[in-house]
Parts: sequence; structure tokens; C-alpha cells
Amino acid sequence: MSAVVHPSPAGRRPAIARMAAFAGAVRGFATSSGQATIACSIVAFVLLAGIASFTAFALDTHLTTFDPLKMDILSRLQPPSAEHWMGTDKIGRDMLARVLAGSWISLTVSLAVLLVASVVGTAIGLIAGYVGGLVDETLMRVTDLFLAFPALILAAAIAASFGGGMVPTTIALAAVFWPWYARLIRSRVLSLKEQEFVAAARAMGASPARIVFVTLLPMVWPLVIVQATTDVGFVILAASGLSFLGLGAQPPTPEWGALIFDSLTHQPTAWWLAVFPGGAIALVAVGFNLLGDSLRDHLDPALGAAEAGV
Amino acid sequence: MAQFIVRRLIATLILIAGVIVMTFALARLLPGDPARLIAGARAGPDAVAAIRDRLGLDEPVHRQFLTYVSNVLEGDFGQSIITRRPIAEDILTFFPATLELVLLAGLVSVVLGVALGTVAAVYSARSADVAVRGAAVFGLSVPDFWLALIFQLVFFATFGLLPFGGRLGTGVVPPEFVTGFMTIDSLIAGRLDLFADALRHMIMPVAVLAIPSMAIIIRVVRVSMLEVLSQDFIRTARAKGISPFQVYARHALGNAMLPIITVFGLNLGLLISGAVFIELIFDWPGLGRYTANAISASDYNAIMAITLVVALAYTLINFLVDLSYAVLDPRVSLK
Repeated sequence: MSAVVHPSPAGRRPAIARMAAFAGAVRGFATSSGQATIACSIVAFVLLAGIASFTAFALDTHLTTFDPLKMDILSRLQPPSAEHWMGTDKIGRDMLARVLAGSWISLTVSLAVLLVASVVGTAIGLIAGYVGGLVDETLMRVTDLFLAFPALILAAAIAASFGGGMVPTTIALAAVFWPWYARLIRSRVLSLKEQEFVAAARAMGASPARIVFVTLLPMVWPLVIVQATTDVGFVILAASGLSFLGLGAQPPTPEWGALIFDSLTHQPTAWWLAVFPGGAIALVAVGFNLLGDSLRDHLDPALGAAEAGV
Repeated sequence: MAQFIVRRLIATLILIAGVIVMTFALARLLPGDPARLIAGARAGPDAVAAIRDRLGLDEPVHRQFLTYVSNVLEGDFGQSIITRRPIAEDILTFFPATLELVLLAGLVSVVLGVALGTVAAVYSARSADVAVRGAAVFGLSVPDFWLALIFQLVFFATFGLLPFGGRLGTGVVPPEFVTGFMTIDSLIAGRLDLFADALRHMIMPVAVLAIPSMAIIIRVVRVSMLEVLSQDFIRTARAKGISPFQVYARHALGNAMLPIITVFGLNLGLLISGAVFIELIFDWPGLGRYTANAISASDYNAIMAITLVVALAYTLINFLVDLSYAVLDPRVSLK
């Protein structure tokens, strides 16, 4: 995304110029292909829903029919209607309000997970790739160890060891996602470090730490961004899976996976209790998957799907 | 080649040792007190202390680790809270049902995934490709526990085409236990009606389980086929007048095989994870449902035992996948 920032006289609102350039780049990307347009629309919609539900929560100005926790036992298990677009649950809470509130929860969890996973994974990948030798060997064996477990099983075991809940779920998911970043970055660094600009930096007397974090990091972080974008969907899938098993969000938190688990006793009659939260998960996952794919094509088609994993 | 095998074997053994250390660490070193978890929230301090004593939690960590390793080597994982039986016995009882499901789903996902991925590569950038890629993104993105419920809603509740869950219809006496595979056992017993019933019960769980892993295979096959198809020997093969089917099936697919096998090994992890949800929803009496129940009952011993056993199996399978490289591609063992 090397958008050309037009040279402007010094001190003349450079921040606005930068933002305009960024907005232009986003617009250029969003209209670059049909897939990118679909992806951007879905993701923008989900982000708006998340921000709206958070604002409603933060300001505590729930509209009367729009409180995800407000019970109304008289109108329990109502199918979708004009008043309750997604119906109501077993104690009369509005499903639309709950699904919307869930968007905020899912987005925060996946942001936290990916922040931890990408920072840890990138750091380990950079160090292993650049230092090489015994350090590389040790770090990569540790990485392999985390990949020796089926992801969901390891995440469930870690979350269970911590006793379940949102924070343990976040730690557990970060633990299963970081190895992919470490591998991705390491393989990139292995090819980058043979190039001349790294040799030049070394010749100028840059310390290894400076080479890793100042010379190499800017070269690999687009990869991290692309991978993290694709992973948002997978983290939300995994987090809702853990909640579905009773390890993640605890009632009455309207997490999507927990909502679906809650609905099991009312299946198949109260279909709306499962269909809408699951549809929300699928929508978000499709959106971020497509966004990650198009971002990869847009930023650097040469990277290819093979290098960045599936 | 022998050198390659030995190297992989050593790496696998180190990995297995690591897996054992890690499950031990998960069980003992994390902040949660295992005795408290096993005793349950309502147990008094005396009960917790008794469990600490029985598990040897007050001993030094290295002694605990040695006990753990010797127990694991003997196949002793302690008792399950839910079934009140040794966990090792439980795992053996529930394993065949899961294996039947996972093997069939794996087979379905490979056959359909390779076929669709090849179609997408051959018709690259045309509507067939777009449709297959769209389906793959969808398959990767849908939560499988949700898809399972939708299938039940559509095929059981609405149209009544398929049974709700279980391995056989209610009240049907299962065939004599031989392999633990319902399909094979019913054939051995010579009961075709049971065989058909078992198959009908497998359609939905297998389909849901196969979808995410099929989606991944489609993507891998498509990418590696595109890469192979752009190479010179494909052009030569075409120029020799070999039929297009032969070119795709033998020349191209044969050379795109390595990534496909790699991803198949990795997919088994996905299938095992998926089985936890699928078996819970379809009431399938396998290891997945056992795991889900263990999690919801905080059956700590069982969770850790399953984690260990599954990770060991997964590691061994991926070792076999590594070995198959050497057989399939002579270049691998030369590196």
C-alpha cells in the first residue's frame, strides 16, 4: 500500500494529509476486486455493530427493547417478529440485542488473542530466523511442541487448567495461534537476512537487536497484518467453540458460542436461538477470511497463499 | 533414505517427550489447583487436602513428574469422575466409534477436496473456480457445531429424511462387538438392515465433519495444481497428445501430492477437534462426546489424559506423513 503522499508545505496539517492518503488507499483496496468489496462491506458492517453495541453498553443507554440482559418472561421463546427481529430466548431476552452485544465480545477477544499471538510469534520468529544455530533449533522445537496438539484440544486443556472464563480462553487461544506466526516470520527472515540491505546494516555497525527490530521488522509486518486479518475469523470460530463447550464466556454473557449452547435444550423447535448467533459467527468469519485473502493479493501478490500457510 | 528416517524418528521422539512434559505442566503447574478442581467447588478443605495427598501433590515436582511418566507408560490415567471407571478403559471403549467417524470423514474430504480443487485449478478464474473457492471459504468459516444443528433442523426436523443422532435407531439391538465399527460389525453379523441403518446414521455427522477439512484440501490442491500446471513437463505431456484427463490425473496430481499429504496429516487434528462438537450434537458415543462431557463436568483427569493420548496419536500420524515423503519423492531424502 505505497500510496503517494503529495508533498505539502511543512507544518500544513500533515496529519490530515496522511489520513486522506490512508482513506484513499483503503478506497483503492476496497474497489480493487469484487471479493475485496464484499469483504470490506462485511467487515465494516461487523465493526459498526460491535462499536454500536459497545457504545450502548458504555453509555448504559439501552433502548428499552434493546437490552441484551433484560428479561421478559411473558414473551419467552417467541419466534422472530416485527418487535423482536431474531425472536426471544427462554427468559424473554431479545435475541437481536444479544447477538449484537456478542459482536463486541467476539471482536475484543479475537483482538486480544491476535495481539498476544502475533507479538509473541513475531518476536520468536525474528529471533530464531536471524540468530540461527542453537537458538533457532530450540525455539523451533518449542514451536513444534505447541503444534503437536490438535489446536482445539490444547486450547480446551489450557482453558480448563485455568478454570474457564474469558481471560483463560484468551490465553489458551493465544497459545495455539502464536506458533503459526513464529513459523511464518522465521521463514521470511531466513530469506531476507541473505539480502544486501541487511549486510549493509551490519557493515554500518548495527547491533543484532537493531537489525532485527529496525531493519527486519518493517519488512515482515505486512505479512503479520495479512495473517492476523485472516485469523480474526478463525479465532472467533475457536473462541465460540470453547464457549460452546462451557469453557469461555459464562452466562449471562451473550457470547455467540454460549448462545448456541444455551439453545440446545430448545432444539429443534426454537430454531432462531441457534440460527442467528451461528449465522453471525459465519458472517464474521467469511468477511475476515475474504479480507485477508484480498489483502494478500493486493499488498503483494508474489507472497502467494503457499507461503502464508493455508 | 535411512538417514532421513532416523532423523525424523529422533525428532519425533523428542516431540513425544515434550508432549508428556507439557501435559504434566498443564496438569500440575498452572495456577489452577488440580485438587480443588477435582474435588469440585463445594468440597471442604479436608476433602481437598485428602485429594492432594492421594495425588501426591505435596511431593517435590520432579518426584511428581517421575510418577506421572511411569503411570503414563503403564497406561494408568486415573479414574474418570463421570463413568467411575479407569480412564484408559474408557478411551479404549469410546475410541472405535470416533475412529469410524473420523476415517470416513477424512476419506470423504480427501476425495471431494481433491476433485473440487482440481476442477478449480483446471478452470482457473472461470465461474467453476469462483464457485469452488467461494464454497471453500464458506466451509472454512462456518462453525461446525452450528452446521450440525442446521443439518438436524433441515434433514431431521423439517423433512424427516435422516435420523436425529446416535449410531443406530432407538431400540435396535447392535451387532456383536468385533471391531467396534458399526458398519463392519453389522456386515460380519450378516445383517444388511443394520448396515444400512448405521450408514444412514453416519450421513449427517460425516458430512458436517468433512466440510471444514474438505475446504482446506480444496485450497491446497488448487494452489499446488496451479503451480504444477504451469511447468514445462505438463506442456510436453500435452504436446505428446496425452488425453487431458491423463495429464491432470497422473502428471499434475501426482506431482502435487506432497502438500496434499501434509495437509491431510494436519487435517486429522481438525477432524479430532471437530468430533468433540459433532459427537456431542449427534449423540455419537465416541471419544469426542466423552471429551465434551469431561469438559462440562470438569473431569480434570480425563481431559488431561485425552489431551495426551490425542497429541501422541497426532504426532505419530504426522511422523508417518513425513516418512511417506521419502517414499513418494526421492528428492526429500537427499536434502
